[in-house]
Amino acid sequence: MSIRMALLAILCDSPKHGYELRAEFEARTGSVWPLNVGQVYSTLQRLERDGLVTADEPTADGHVIHSVTQVGRLAVTEWFTEPIDRTSPPRDELAMKLSLAAVSDMVDVREVVQRQRAASMRALRDITRLKPSDDESFADAEAMGWSLALESLVFQAEAEIRWLDHVESRLVAQATRRRATRAEGSVSVSEDARRRSPRSPSGRVSR
Amino acid sequence: MSVQAVTGSGLVQDSSVAVLELRDVSKVYGESTLAVQALRGVSLTLQQGEFVAVMGPSGSGKSTLLQIAGGMEQPSAGAVSVAGHDLVGQTPAERAAARLSTVGFVFQSLNLVSSLTAAENVALPLELNGMASRPARAAAASALAEVGLEGCGDKFPDELSGGQQQRIAIARGLIGERSLILADEPTGALDSVTGEAILRLLRAKVDAGCAAILVTHEARHAAWADRTVFLRDGLIVDDTGGPQDPRDLLGSLR
Ligand SMILES: Nc1ncnc2c1ncn2[C@@H]1O[C@H](COP(=O)(O)OP(=O)(O)O)[C@@H](O)[C@H]1O
Ligand SMILES: [Mg+2]
Repeated sequence: MSIRMALLAILCDSPKHGYELRAEFEARTGSVWPLNVGQVYSTLQRLERDGLVTADEPTADGHVIHSVTQVGRLAVTEWFTEPIDRTSPPRDELAMKLSLAAVSDMVDVREVVQRQRAASMRALRDITRLKPSDDESFADAEAMGWSLALESLVFQAEAEIRWLDHVESRLVAQATRRRATRAEGSVSVSEDARRRSPRSPSGRVSR
Repeated sequence: MSVQAVTGSGLVQDSSVAVLELRDVSKVYGESTLAVQALRGVSLTLQQGEFVAVMGPSGSGKSTLLQIAGGMEQPSAGAVSVAGHDLVGQTPAERAAARLSTVGFVFQSLNLVSSLTAAENVALPLELNGMASRPARAAAASALAEVGLEGCGDKFPDELSGGQQQRIAIARGLIGERSLILADEPTGALDSVTGEAILRLLRAKVDAGCAAILVTHEARHAAWADRTVFLRDGLIVDDTGGPQDPRDLLGSLR
């Protein structure tokens, strides 16, 4: 996702210059997604080019105040009410890594799963420790934003761990089936190994 | 990973004795061809102020681990000590006594007494432990309030919802001066907000000086522990270890 619409939404409250906008974004999302001021300026330039904001003449101390246009306001309303765009899912390095590890001779994929799960669990614990108490998170809008942003990270990590559990039970089921096949004596170990070589992963063939 | 408390005078305090120590614990249920190996050499040590979560697929031995830690089951091999006392050599009566005074248990099955009110259920461990009825009831009322059930003390379990019954069981497990809390999937019937409130409560109890083991399916709940161990087929296959310094965390997020 780009930060474009988030910044535009903040400008709907009141006109701001770049530094103020960045500070406001970080306050409302609790710095969960750090933002450098260069990104803010280049985003503002694109918003201006597209007619969603206007820029005033620089003030005496050199700040350029940006205001949202009518078109910009409409775009924000639409952004808030429409589900987010999923036509291009974000690249997921972990999903890629496991898909490749599952059919690679270079690693034991179950070890990859286990190590990642412990790491994801540590990340989840560390995020959880940052969570404000309920009283704190209801205290003001900023704390609420921070706490909601953190919780989104909690749910992401949790989903990742559940997915890793699922991958692992799939791998266990596959190994069990392979052992059963081997026990029947119909397939020798080397044949079996060849059959699940990276070029012909079982399951792909039948699809 | 455990830090032992050393006082200014250089004396090692009582807290240097592990609250719980399992050493190479194995458990076999049944015999010969019907034998089930539930644990295969599990070692786990908890210091005061430590909170460990146990995760793993069903049948991996999580409940067995808690039952042995709480002295409700005997290990087939290995050693178990609670606050420095060896549980293995004790008689069942001795183990039961130790359990009442030091270990709070939240069972996977709630084990509420249906003929007793919520408050009576919660007060039960204290009364069995010899506390007079009135202070036990007062403690039960505040324990019920802690789990968000103020005003429900006079209700019987079957007058309450599954989630409320679960919270009674939690209040009963947490009541009194427990040095060790063992909770087996205590949040199963709870919605996510109530579940989190219970985890915050458990965390607060541990921060106030006891130790706890939580068995859970939910990573979100395990995340309140200092450390998570993963069981599989009766073995600890993974361990997150203890937390970093909280200041490092802020650094990594900002
Ligand atoms: N009282 C018992 N008698 C016989 N087998 C048992 C008993 N309790 C547990 N088991 C077996 O021991 C294994 C571990 O069970 P348990 O500790 O309940 O696992 P978990 O809590 O992780 O689901 C399982 O195979 C289970 O069937
Ligand atoms: Mg169980």
